[in-house]
Amino acid sequence: MSTQLLSERAAVQRRSARTRVVSALGPATMLGGVVWAFLQPYRITLLHPHGQGFWWLAIEPPLLVILAGVVFAVLVAPGVIEDLETAEDE
Amino acid sequence: MQPPAEFVHWMFATGFLLIGLCLLAQAVVGDDVWRRRPWRAYIWPSLTFTMGLLMWPVMVFFTNSTIHMVAHGSWAQSMMLAGAAELGLVRGKLHNRYWRLTMPLAFLVSGAAILIHEQNSWFFERSAFLHHVIGWTMIAGAVFPLVAVLRPRAALWRTGFALTFVVLGVMLYSDRDTAPVFGHLSPQAGAQHR
Repeated sequence: MSTQLLSERAAVQRRSARTRVVSALGPATMLGGVVWAFLQPYRITLLHPHGQGFWWLAIEPPLLVILAGVVFAVLVAPGVIEDLETAEDE
Repeated sequence: MQPPAEFVHWMFATGFLLIGLCLLAQAVVGDDVWRRRPWRAYIWPSLTFTMGLLMWPVMVFFTNSTIHMVAHGSWAQSMMLAGAAELGLVRGKLHNRYWRLTMPLAFLVSGAAILIHEQNSWFFERSAFLHHVIGWTMIAGAVFPLVAVLRPRAALWRTGFALTFVVLGVMLYSDRDTAPVFGHLSPQAGAQHR
């Protein structure tokens, strides 16, 4: 196999790895939030909302982490992956 | 209706996390792909600028001493400057890439301010510990945006820059009102909350 073919194959693999990394960023963040919620369930005030004030119900850190992951995965990552694949095809 | 201070830390942590994710994606795919959609180039600079802007109400409503007020004011100014410089570069209003030095400057100013305004020792309570750790992380982390300015295509430094924001976000999420750190809680800190 020629050196050129090998280097092209390596380049394709590297690009695919980049796509996988970008795809994984949002879900990994969400997973981080879920794991945190399991480790510290008392941080999810919605599970025991009685007597809690507005801020304890509105701002719950593990849910904020999940939200950040969702925002990135839904609003940012798809366009980045699409543009990355287009760039790879060019 | 004013949120307790720890909630403000958590909201800012979310902003830091989002900035970190965007910077990480940009470091992975490169500037050319990241800027294919013009709006995307504005995301993290806008977030940085907005967070700087939001530091002003934090300064007004959450500081209880001059040194706290000066520290929060310096964060507001340095974050706005770094965000605005990046916005100017993205928009094409600024051309010299050395405007990006405003980001390591913001890291250094913020790190120094957070260390100077924390009057308690490391193990006084959790928030004191976090202030020391965050301050030194910002000062050490300034090397990433600094080298990224000098070597803009080096993925290592850009990834380090992005991960610094993620780490800072995690630290800010760890903040509690009055809580022990590694089992230490000074009697002078008051009663533990949550």
